[in-house]
Amino acid sequence: MRRNRLTGVLGTVALVAALAACSTDESLDDTAAEGGESAAAEGGDEAASDGSEFFSQADMDEQDAQRSATFEGDESTPWLQYIDGPMTDTSEFATDQPMKACFANASISNPWRQTGWITMNQQLEVLQEEGVISEMETRDAEDNDDTQIADIDYFIAEGNCDVFIISPNSTAAITPAVERACETGKPVIVFDRGVQTDCATTFIHPIGGYAWGIDTAEFLVDNLEEGDKVVALRILPGVDVLETRWGAAEQIFEENGIEAVDYFTGADPAEIKKIITDELTQGEVQGVWMDAGDGAVAAIEAFEDQGMDYPVMTGEDEMSFLRKWEETGLTGLAPVYSNFQWRTPLLAVQKIAAGEEIPTEWVLPQTPITEEERGDFLEANDGMPDGHYAKFGGEDLPGYPDVWQERIIP
Amino acid sequence: MTTLEQRPVARAPLAAHQRGSAGRLAAAVSTPGGAIFVLAAALLVATIVANPNFGDPGVIIRFLGRTAPIAIAAIGQYYVIVAGEFDLSMAAVISMQVVLAGNLIGDDVDRVLPVMVLMLVLGALIGLVNGLVTTLLNVPSFIVTLGMMLALSGLVAYLTGGAADGNPVDEFREIGRGGIQDVPVVDVIPYSLLIFAVIAVAASWLMRRPFGRSLIAAGDNPAAARFAGGSLVWLKTRAFILSSLSATVAGVLLVGYAGVHPSVGQGYEFSAITAVVLGGVLLGGGRGWVLSAAAGAFALELLFLFLTAVGVESTWRDTVQGLIIIAAVAVAGRAWTAGRRPRRSGTTPSTSREDKPLPTPGTTTGDS
Repeated sequence: MRRNRLTGVLGTVALVAALAACSTDESLDDTAAEGGESAAAEGGDEAASDGSEFFSQADMDEQDAQRSATFEGDESTPWLQYIDGPMTDTSEFATDQPMKACFANASISNPWRQTGWITMNQQLEVLQEEGVISEMETRDAEDNDDTQIADIDYFIAEGNCDVFIISPNSTAAITPAVERACETGKPVIVFDRGVQTDCATTFIHPIGGYAWGIDTAEFLVDNLEEGDKVVALRILPGVDVLETRWGAAEQIFEENGIEAVDYFTGADPAEIKKIITDELTQGEVQGVWMDAGDGAVAAIEAFEDQGMDYPVMTGEDEMSFLRKWEETGLTGLAPVYSNFQWRTPLLAVQKIAAGEEIPTEWVLPQTPITEEERGDFLEANDGMPDGHYAKFGGEDLPGYPDVWQERIIP
Repeated sequence: MTTLEQRPVARAPLAAHQRGSAGRLAAAVSTPGGAIFVLAAALLVATIVANPNFGDPGVIIRFLGRTAPIAIAAIGQYYVIVAGEFDLSMAAVISMQVVLAGNLIGDDVDRVLPVMVLMLVLGALIGLVNGLVTTLLNVPSFIVTLGMMLALSGLVAYLTGGAADGNPVDEFREIGRGGIQDVPVVDVIPYSLLIFAVIAVAASWLMRRPFGRSLIAAGDNPAAARFAGGSLVWLKTRAFILSSLSATVAGVLLVGYAGVHPSVGQGYEFSAITAVVLGGVLLGGGRGWVLSAAAGAFALELLFLFLTAVGVESTWRDTVQGLIIIAAVAVAGRAWTAGRRPRRSGTTPSTSREDKPLPTPGTTTGDS
């Protein structure tokens, strides 16, 4: 009897553990959805020079160079800028009829994606009025590869689509579905994270994770002394778009004698606060590095609660960080994973309808916000909620600023 | 109790009364519910030895303050587990309350009180539903609260789209972030620790009331508890309500401590169950002391602190937690039957009714 009971109990506990693992994973997936591009899609040079499966020295060097590259187009519309390179001829798609766009979205489960999604819908409104796009049918995969594959297949079979827009949930898993979309002969636009095929009409993304890592790590190195300690707060392991940010930063810290310890936080502010508090108890911390700005405020608060001097810190262009940064006056930098890229796919549709050629790989500018520029961005985004991203690039769209302030999520 | 002692003795005195106070303390410590206090103390010492900075009174009190939400959740989970049930919806309740606080209070100080009342009402309501569905419809609580967890997670996702608006006013966050300042020696006493203390005292008192005794009896032997005339429906439902209310309080403290994020509270159901089990409370119900569950929470967090102090990678955390829960259940299941009571001397095994010790509250609670 007792034995039975014990076995039952153990079984239950195992199930609890499994369930807990499930729910944790999901939450991590949510936060991992924090934008990104895929190293895999670029050149396919996965030869790991330092033994990490995510690190590619060639990609890092390429992105390092792109940071100072010249971008074609008008600086006041960065969402249309690109680095000069191979172009795709789209004259075969030229039409004067409104096109139906089908959008397979990975998710809108974090503030970065929500901000972009709002911007995209306002851009859609403009193009609908201009008669370029008749309607956009959207399917939200809610961070699930299987759902997104089904979404894409549905679009191919019954969507009656004139153009496919895909924001992949993950690189390898979505590749075959993107290839199937390409086989329909209709234009396919991939943006944010990449896929392992170059069949798409265009692949739109900001420079990338290595550039983020280089910008942030160099800033910390410049503002710290050799031997100083940096706590690196990372969302979760195993996601290439986040690993590349850290891969680049870690290398630079090592080369410059900065002692860096990294932690995985799941973007949970309670966890972040604990980590920083315990680090501060064990010794001085001079710098904080983040692979995404979510939770930056909690990290800063941990220093306040302990009565310690503020660290040199890199966050993101999320309003919560920009505000806390200004309020505290700490030495900081806001790296940017250009949120305005959510406009570009629809503007690409416009160019395709006009039969204009577009970049095959459309690399958008990705410039961090410095302390000097911070005031301008705070002013420009006054009244925006904490989860808003300063470089959302929708100021000239209808509905500004109410739609973004009210977070009207379609 | 007194009637038992006055009874003319043809039998040995109750085991609990056989030894002096030192002996009884030793006996209590040797039960899983008592040993957890020793374990917690040992972990604290080990952590301080590993890194003396953790021995600073200010550091310790802040550590206790930030662990208070987990301990409060563990106390809530205790009521349910000791009654032989589970509450898996706890983390989802915390997340929901955190997001509600962020969205409803916003920057308006005047809304703090009404929203807190609303949060408590919602918390009680969730517990009520959990309890009634479990008891009236005879659905295993494991399933009921799992369903509730999913339903609430879906609600949070709907309300926030996966991301919350921003932090509520600082005045509200003070509850979880602030404390009484300029205290000698420890520097600050976090409000969260005071709230925990009040809840712990109340819980300890409650478990000595008829409600608490019946709850343990219901967990130990539901059939007997029912024959004894208690209504299991309302009894267990109250346990679920207490659990959800504890989660609500933990949520309020966590908003203060950390701020609003849908991931706040994530994994708390698991942490709370681990803490309760680590505190020697028998899964399946009927055994264990409420304060041991709280001590289990502190011991668990101390263990993680110790791992940090000795420089173990934080990625090992989940593995450690998993192993602990398995080991604790295995050990506790055996220890409760083998550990506490010395064999009665002078009685021979007999099937006659008089020889059986009458169940008393003392024997069902098992320790303290």
